[in-house]
Order: sequence, then structure tokens, then C-alpha cells
Amino acid sequence: MNKQVDIKKLSPKDFETDQEVRWCPGCGDYAILKGVQMTLANTGASPENTVFVSGIGCSSRFPYYISTYGFHTIHGRAPGFATGIKLANPDLDVWLVTGDGDGLSIGGNHMLHVLRRNVDIQIMLFNNEIYGLTKGQYSPTSQPGLITPSTPMGSVDAPLSPCVFALGAGARFVARGIDTSLKELPVTLARAKDHKGASFVEIFQNCIVYNDDVFGEFTQKKTAKDTQIHVKHGEKMIFGKDVIKGLWFNAEKFGLEVVVIGENGITEDDILVHDETNRHIAFMLCELEAPDYPVVCGVIYCNPAESYDKAVQDQVAQAKRDKKADFNALLRRGRTWTVE
Amino acid sequence: MSVQSTQHVNDDVTKLESVVIRFAGDSGDGMQLTGSQFSVATALEGSDLSTFPDFPAEIRAPVGTTFGVSAFQINFGSVEVSTAGDEPDVLIVMNPAALKVNLNNLRKGGMIILDEGAFNAKNLKKAGYEVSPLEDESLAQYNLIRIDITRMTVETVKKFGLGNKDSLRCKNMWTLGLVLWMFGRKRQPIIDSLAQKFAKKPDVANANIAALNAGHAFGETAEMSSNLHRYQINKYEEEAGIYRTVNGNQSLCWGILAGSQLADLEILLGSYPITPASPLLHMLSDMKEFGVITFQAEDEIAAICSAIGASFAGKLGMTTSSGPGIALKTEAIGLAISTELPLIIVDIQRAGPSTGLPTKTEQSDLYQAVWGRNGDAPIVVISVSTSTDGFEVGIEAVRLATKYMTPVMILSDGYIANASEPWKIPDINDYDAFPVKFHQDPEGFHPSKRDPETLARVWAKPGTPELMHRIGGIEKDYDSGHISYDADNHQKMTDVRRAKIDNIAQDIPLQEVSQGTEGGKLAIVGWGSTYGSIHQAVKKARKDGLDVSHIHIRHIWPLPRNLEALLNSYDRVIVAEMNVGQLNTLLRSQYLLDSVLLSKVSGQPFKIAEIHEAIVENTGDLK
Repeated sequence: MNKQVDIKKLSPKDFETDQEVRWCPGCGDYAILKGVQMTLANTGASPENTVFVSGIGCSSRFPYYISTYGFHTIHGRAPGFATGIKLANPDLDVWLVTGDGDGLSIGGNHMLHVLRRNVDIQIMLFNNEIYGLTKGQYSPTSQPGLITPSTPMGSVDAPLSPCVFALGAGARFVARGIDTSLKELPVTLARAKDHKGASFVEIFQNCIVYNDDVFGEFTQKKTAKDTQIHVKHGEKMIFGKDVIKGLWFNAEKFGLEVVVIGENGITEDDILVHDETNRHIAFMLCELEAPDYPVVCGVIYCNPAESYDKAVQDQVAQAKRDKKADFNALLRRGRTWTVE
Repeated sequence: MSVQSTQHVNDDVTKLESVVIRFAGDSGDGMQLTGSQFSVATALEGSDLSTFPDFPAEIRAPVGTTFGVSAFQINFGSVEVSTAGDEPDVLIVMNPAALKVNLNNLRKGGMIILDEGAFNAKNLKKAGYEVSPLEDESLAQYNLIRIDITRMTVETVKKFGLGNKDSLRCKNMWTLGLVLWMFGRKRQPIIDSLAQKFAKKPDVANANIAALNAGHAFGETAEMSSNLHRYQINKYEEEAGIYRTVNGNQSLCWGILAGSQLADLEILLGSYPITPASPLLHMLSDMKEFGVITFQAEDEIAAICSAIGASFAGKLGMTTSSGPGIALKTEAIGLAISTELPLIIVDIQRAGPSTGLPTKTEQSDLYQAVWGRNGDAPIVVISVSTSTDGFEVGIEAVRLATKYMTPVMILSDGYIANASEPWKIPDINDYDAFPVKFHQDPEGFHPSKRDPETLARVWAKPGTPELMHRIGGIEKDYDSGHISYDADNHQKMTDVRRAKIDNIAQDIPLQEVSQGTEGGKLAIVGWGSTYGSIHQAVKKARKDGLDVSHIHIRHIWPLPRNLEALLNSYDRVIVAEMNVGQLNTLLRSQYLLDSVLLSKVSGQPFKIAEIHEAIVENTGDLK
């Protein structure tokens, strides 16, 4: 009889490296790092089969602090590397770490394509609405009017919503989390890891040096219950300190509204049930902004389809079944002649 | 078809050593198909041959215009042929524009076969002729054969009920039939190929075959009453074996695949379509049975990044492009250098700068290949010199990339990419395998650990237990592989990256003299696709008693370790290249060599005569 060996369950600490973490003290990245290490431990991830890939920026230093395989690449191009890694070895669990500059500015095109192709990787976009590593210039998600070294009179750029972009690109898994919400974030990331295909997770991350408290309006613990809503598939979208606010679909205006149960004849039955497979509602949920609306967190959209890497592997497998890999025969295919 | 080599076999067959034919017509006239079919028929008859497809960048330029002219030139013979020929002996033109563009190059006294039916007022005007060249004396010095190919083709294919457009599309096959008759080539392989190509449109297939046969029959029946004759070209004495025709893109593609087989790796190609490199993407996409994965990325950058990612994960990463695309890949090449991953980068050069002349040839990416990156960023650069040479170069590139954990850039160009030659098909079992051994041992492992001899970094792929590590573009500590901002360490890492590539000079063949002697009055140094022209020019000059040798460099970086001494053994060195002196600069900078440049950047390959002239000029004053 085989001896039973206990496989040691890894803890979040087992996913730490011996490298000194070099983010600014108080940076939201520390919390996210912890959240990811918790996720890996909770989901029983195998360090040797996990790869973290990043581009350039504060967030992209991430792979150095996770004791799996890691590749810190070049600015904006992490999706290309991640795609190559996943195509080369589909057994690897590939995570991509990027930011609002890396992923949506210099790498916006690659982000579009990795999402539409549906490569089976997890993408974590740390959104801090600023360029940190280059010392504080505005980013594609910065709010208009933001004063920065490159916009001394205020930014005149229209900002981009990362989740709306992802949905528009054809992403089949879109979720949101907050750096310090370490109760919810690992749950959301575990869902992302579980999803076959490209999973896109926007994480609101506070840059304490260049854009401190930019998300304060909805991330403060005291008011969070009224400014955030954590959606779950099949559950009514009810929120608020008193658990009486909810999201209601106004068919006349074709949009979501915040209503209060018990006011204006609204009952619990009127509150919308979250259907994470409904792309139309997903767009509406992503567009809700503070202070008029709660900011939606959790898995907003999840509607899986065959991943790109799976389809590619299937074609290779089929070719291997149908044709013999005979190199000499390949060179002799077509017209040949013999010289005696 | 020069006078010296002409010999009458009997009254109606003239024996020739070699002949140059140029098919020229509108982009829509099917000249590339005609030329390639004629090449196949010629190869099957055992001639040596070299082809030159010369076409515009526009897919279908306005009909009848000079900029829409597409041409295909073939040189074939019973003697060694290594270029497509300086000047055609026979020019076949399907319209006035084709005549206008190509006449300049025709040998004086050469033959013109033209489709009289296309020389109407409208076409003459489009080509810019005020007076028809058929009506003045401008063609008097040529052997002009006027045939109304248009009318005869339309009549031949009438019974198949095709529309006017489809009927006219058979003109090229009528013409091909006639040329096959003239040069005694068989029709059957072309008939087979037409039947296959148009298997789903039997009427079109039959009409084309009928046109081919009609052109052939025209030759047979018109022979007595016109100046049309038959020519005989004997077989070229090749060594025994199985042969096929191959172009530079094919041989390179197969060479890299062969290399991957010998390395026991599967290829992942990340690529983005670009002229003239796209055929590599197409070919490799159809080799999935060898485990080849092709990824047509969203752009050049994502293409190379996916290849580097694949190399990190344990595949042979590869990317293919041309000059402008290579420029976009530059930053990623730097990362592959910094992370010391194997990578095959193929640059099928075209005329630049910027978009340049996409379908015309040039060798102007040498600086970009050797020096074109930020930082001190050395890589291996190897060049392809003939249509068949890609096979050996491909294998060598994979061997060096995997043995030394480095990107290798292969420089080919638009001329040899598309030009065909006969090729004795090799047997992969004759090549020594160099299987890659991935690192497995956790004892003392770190990602910067290197082989003391080759200086290659270990290749530990994700999925291997206990070897988890992180790599990236930030400078790494020599002894641990961790990020390091230490000044002395950066010096050390820069030195080791350089030494690793420099050392490869010990592992590549010594530079040979491809023709002539070591030492002497003059050496012509070339690289890449100029091989054929230099070879023939030097051959001719040596026959005339001139002291000249030909040195053709395959390994551009690092250079062969004996090259300096070899070049110093000549009184004078001419560097011939299709740029304004890029190899010349390299050699001068490395060896303080007082070399002379012979440059050509017209988008067209060197003529033999141009090289020969330089030889004559440069040997005269040397005592």
C-alpha cells in the first residue's frame, strides 16, 4: 500500500520572495500583493506552474515579489509576452500585472487584442489615475483638470473607463476590486483565476505620493457601505448601511437608478438581480460613478467561451493527427526531379 | 544568346549555352504565374537557372500604366547560372507600358515578342507613347516578332463560354505555350498544375490549357513563315540527387524548421504581415504537424514579444519581418538580449528608409541589425547569400541561438526571397543534432548562472519544480540574478554580454575565399544576395587573367576570426553592397581597413557588368 504523504498546503507567506519590496510606504500595491498571495494560497496554486508577467511602471515590479516564475518585460507589451507564454505551454497559469498607463496608454492596443482573442490569462490592472514611476504625470484615466507636471493648467484629456474599455474590447470576464478591501479582493481574483479565457480585473489602487486619496469618495471604510456595491450573481443589487438602497432598471430612460426600498412604492421585488452573463447591464454597472451612484465591485460580467490558446492547440493537435511530421518528405513535396 | 555561344544544330534548331527571358505585362496579366510556371518546366528539363520576379507594390495598379508593369526574368542554361542575368535576350511584352519600361535593358539585337493586339491607341497613350513604336524606327535594332496574341487567345477560348475578362486572362498561357515551344520545354507539368489550380472551375482550367496548347501549336505552324525559331539548351551537369526549385524564403523557412528539429524544440512564430517577409508566416502556418505555432499578432511589437514569451516558456521563439517592422521590434530585441533568451529574428530587407520601395531589394539594414539598439546590445547577425543558402543559415541560426542563449538576426532580402534556383534536396539525417537540455537541477540555481565556456545563461523553463525565478529588463546581479543597480556589476554584465557574443567567433567557420586565391591584388567582398553577380563577374575577370578573388561573408556579427588577416592579404579590397557602405563601415571600424566601396541603391540587384567594370578599374593601376 502506498504511504499517504501530506502535501503541505502553502500559505500566503510561501508566495513571498526574499526581495525587499520597493514601493513607497503606504502604497496600495502592498495590499494588492498581499491579496494576490492570499489568493494563490487559498486556491492551492502551484508555484512552478504559475507565471506573473508585467510591463513597466510601479505595478509592473510585482513579479519580483511573488515566488513563482516571473517576467518583467517592456512598457505596455506584457499582453504579447503573456500570449506567447500561454501558447507555448497551456498548462501554465499566467497572470498579467499592469497599470493605467502601461495597460491603457502605451499598451492600449495590446490590451484590446488580448481581450478580444480571449487568451486564458488573468489581467490585473492597477488603476491609480496617475503615472507614478515617472513622477506624477496624468494618465489616460486621470480626471479632467488634474494638475500635474505635464498639465500645469489642468489636464484637458477625456478619461477612459478601464472596465468599459474591456467590455467594449470583447472581454468575457470583467471584475473590479479595491486595493485595501482584502476581504473581497481575493474572492474576486479567485474567480478570475478560475475563469477560462481572459479575465480582466480593475483594481482601484491609491498612489500615496502623486494622487493620494483620489478614490477617497468611495473607498473610505466609514462610508463604504453607501458608496460601494459588491455584486454577486443571482443576488439582488442591494446596498447601503441600512440595506435599503438598491439598483433599479428604469426602462423608460434605459438606465440604472438608485432607489430606496419602501420609498415611492419601491419594494424589494423591484430591485435588479445581478446577472453576470448580461453584457448590456454590465456596461451600465461599469459606468456608475460616485457620488451619485455606488461604485460596483466584484464580478460584473462573466460569460465564458472557448479560449484562443485552446483553439490554437486544438488545430495543432488536429494537424498532428492528420499529417505525419516527416521533415524529409516535406522538402520533397511538390515538383522534384532526379539527376542520375 | 550571345553570338559566341550560338551553334546551329540543324536548320531549325539553334543550340545555346544560356538565355535570359523577361516576361513583362500589366499587374493583372499574370506574369508572375507565367514566369514561375516556365521556371518549373525549365528546371524539370535539367537546366541551371535563376529567376527574378520584379513587381510593383500595388496589387492592381491602373491597367496599362507604366507603374503597373510586372515582370519576371529567368536566366537558364547548360552552364552554371547564378544571377537572373544582366540583360534579357528575349523580352516578351503584353502591352506598350511593358515595352516602355523594359526596353532599355534588352540586349542590343535581342528578340522582342509582343502582343500586337494590345498596342492600340488607348494603351499607347497610357504608356506615354506619342507615336507607336511599331510605326517608327525605334525597334529597328531588335528582332521584333509581332503576334496578335489577344485575338488568337480570344478565338481559342471562345468555345468555353467565358466572359471577355476571363478570356483575356488566358493570354499569358498562350504566350507561355509559344515560349515553351521555342525552348523545347514540356507542357504537361503546366497542364497538370492548371488543372489543379482551377479544379473547381473546369471551364477556366480547360480554357487556359487550350490557350497554352494553341500558343505551342502556333509556334509549330508559323515556324516556316516567320522569324520564330526553336532553341536547344542542354542539361546542366549537376551532381546526382533529387532536386527541386526553391526561393530564398522557402529555403530559410525550411532551414529554421530543420534547426528546430535538430535542437529538439518546437517553433512559435509571432509575426505581422509585411512585404516581402509574409511568405514565411504563410509557410510556417502550414507546418502545424511539426508542432509549429504561428501567431499573427496585432502589430510587429506584439509579434516579437510573443516569440520572446514563448522562448521563456521553452519553445524556439521566432519573428519575421522587414526593415520597418524590425525597427518597431527594437526595444523587445533589447529585452531578449538582457534576459539572454534564444530568439530567431528574420529581416527580409527591402529598399528604405521608411516605407521605401516595399517590393524592391536593398541591403540597408546591416547597421540596424548590428548596432540598432539602445545600450550596448550585441547580437548574432547572419546573412543569406543565395536562394538555396537559407537552409544552412537557418540551421546555423538556431544552433547559435540555443547554444549561446542569444537573439540571432538573419538578414535576407527581397531579391533572393522571391528568386528561385534549383536545389539538391538535403537529407536532415546528414546533419548533427544539437538537442537543447533545459536546466533541471535546483542545486545552486539562479537565473544568471552561466556555462563557463559558452557564457550562456541557464535555460530553466516555467513548469520546472524548484527553479522558480524572475527575469526582466532591469540589470541583474552577476552572481544571483536579482535586480542590481551596482556600478561595478553593470560593467561586469556589459562585459559578459559582449564577451559571450565575441566568443562565438571561435565557434563559426573560418572565412573562406569563395573564388580565387588567399592574397593577391584585389578582393571583392560581398554579403547577402550580391553573391551571384560578384561570383560571375570575378569568374569572368579571372578568365581574362585579372588577379581578383571573391570573399563572401555569411557571419556579419561576430565576424569570422581570420577575416582581418585574410583581407589584409590583398593589395586592395572592394566592398560591393546594395547600400551606401554599411558593411564597408563595419570592416573599416573593426580592422582600420582602407577598403573601397562599390555601392548600388536603385532597388535592383547588381549587374555582373557593374561589378566587372569595378574590377577592371581597380586592377589596372595595381602593379
